[in-house]
Amino acid sequence: MTNEQLNSGNPRVDIEYRRKKNAEEMKHQVISFALMIFLTLVAFVAVAYEGFSGWFIVPFILILAVVQVIFQLYYFMHMSNEGHEAPKLFMYSGMVVGFVTIICYMTIIWW
Amino acid sequence: MHAEEKMTLEKWPASPEKQTLEGKNKFVGFWLFLGGETVLFASLFATYLALKDSVPNSDMPLAKDLFEIPLVFTMTMILLTSSLTSVYAMYHMKNFNFKKMQLWLVITVLLGLSFLGLEIYEFNHYVHEFGHTFTSSAFSSAFYTLVGFHGAHVAFGLAWILALVIRNNKRGLNLYNAPKFYIASLYWHFIDVVWVFIFTVVYLMGMVG
Repeated sequence: MTNEQLNSGNPRVDIEYRRKKNAEEMKHQVISFALMIFLTLVAFVAVAYEGFSGWFIVPFILILAVVQVIFQLYYFMHMSNEGHEAPKLFMYSGMVVGFVTIICYMTIIWW
Repeated sequence: MHAEEKMTLEKWPASPEKQTLEGKNKFVGFWLFLGGETVLFASLFATYLALKDSVPNSDMPLAKDLFEIPLVFTMTMILLTSSLTSVYAMYHMKNFNFKKMQLWLVITVLLGLSFLGLEIYEFNHYVHEFGHTFTSSAFSSAFYTLVGFHGAHVAFGLAWILALVIRNNKRGLNLYNAPKFYIASLYWHFIDVVWVFIFTVVYLMGMVG
C-alpha cells in the first residue's frame, strides 16, 4: 500500500503530520474507551438495581453489549480504517453463522 | 523495504504492520481466524444458553446462586482497561517508540495476569463453596467450558505477548516484528470482545434469573 505513505519530500513534515494523525486516532480511542466503561457501568447498575423486570433488562444489556463490541471492533481493532474489507467479510460471516447457531440451540431445547 | 532493515523514525511507514507481504498475509489470515473464533465461541454460548440452570436435583446451585456483582465487575474493568493499554502500545508502535510500546505491553500483561488470577479464585470458590464442579451438571459443564475456554485464550494471549516482548527486546522495532505486535494486540482485543458477551450473557443475565 504505497499510497498510505504520505510523502511530501520532507521527512520531518511527514512525521509531524503522521504524529498528529496518530494522536487524533488515539483521542478517538480514549473516547470510545470512556463510552465502553460507561456502557458497562449502566449494564451493571441496571442489574444491581433489581427494580426492573427481566423482560426489560435482558434485551437492554444485550444491546449495550452489542454497542460496546462495535466500539471495540471499529475503533480498538481499527475496522473503521481503510483496507478492512476482508476483516469485515470474515467477521460478519462469522457473526451470521454464530447467530444462527445460537438461535438453533435455543429453540431446539426450550424447556 | 526489506523486512529486517534497520529502521529510523524517518523511514518508519504509516502502516508498518502491512508493509511486507508477510505482514499483509498475516493480517488477512488472522482476521479469518477471528471469524472462525467468533463461530466457535458462538457455539459455546449457544450450548451454555441451552443448558443454563439444567441441574439434576434442586439442591445444586443455579446461576443466580453463584454469581456476585463485585468480582465480575472488577474482572470486567481489568480486562477493559487492558484493552486500552494495548491500544496505547500500538499507538507508540505507529510512532516508532519501541520503549513505550514495550512498557504498555507489559502493563497489558500484568492486567491480564490479575484477571486470570481472579478467574482462578472464582472457579476455586465455586468448586469449594458450592460443589459446582465441571462434572456436577450439564449447567456446570457448559459454564466451565465457555468461561474456561475464554480464560485459556487469556492465558495463551499473555504467553504470546510476553514472548514477543522478551524475544524482540534487543531487536527494536522493524517491519519484521511490527505485524507480530499488531496481530497480538488484535487477538487481545478479540478476547475482550468475547468477555463483553460473557459478562452480559453469563453473569448479568444469570443474576437477572
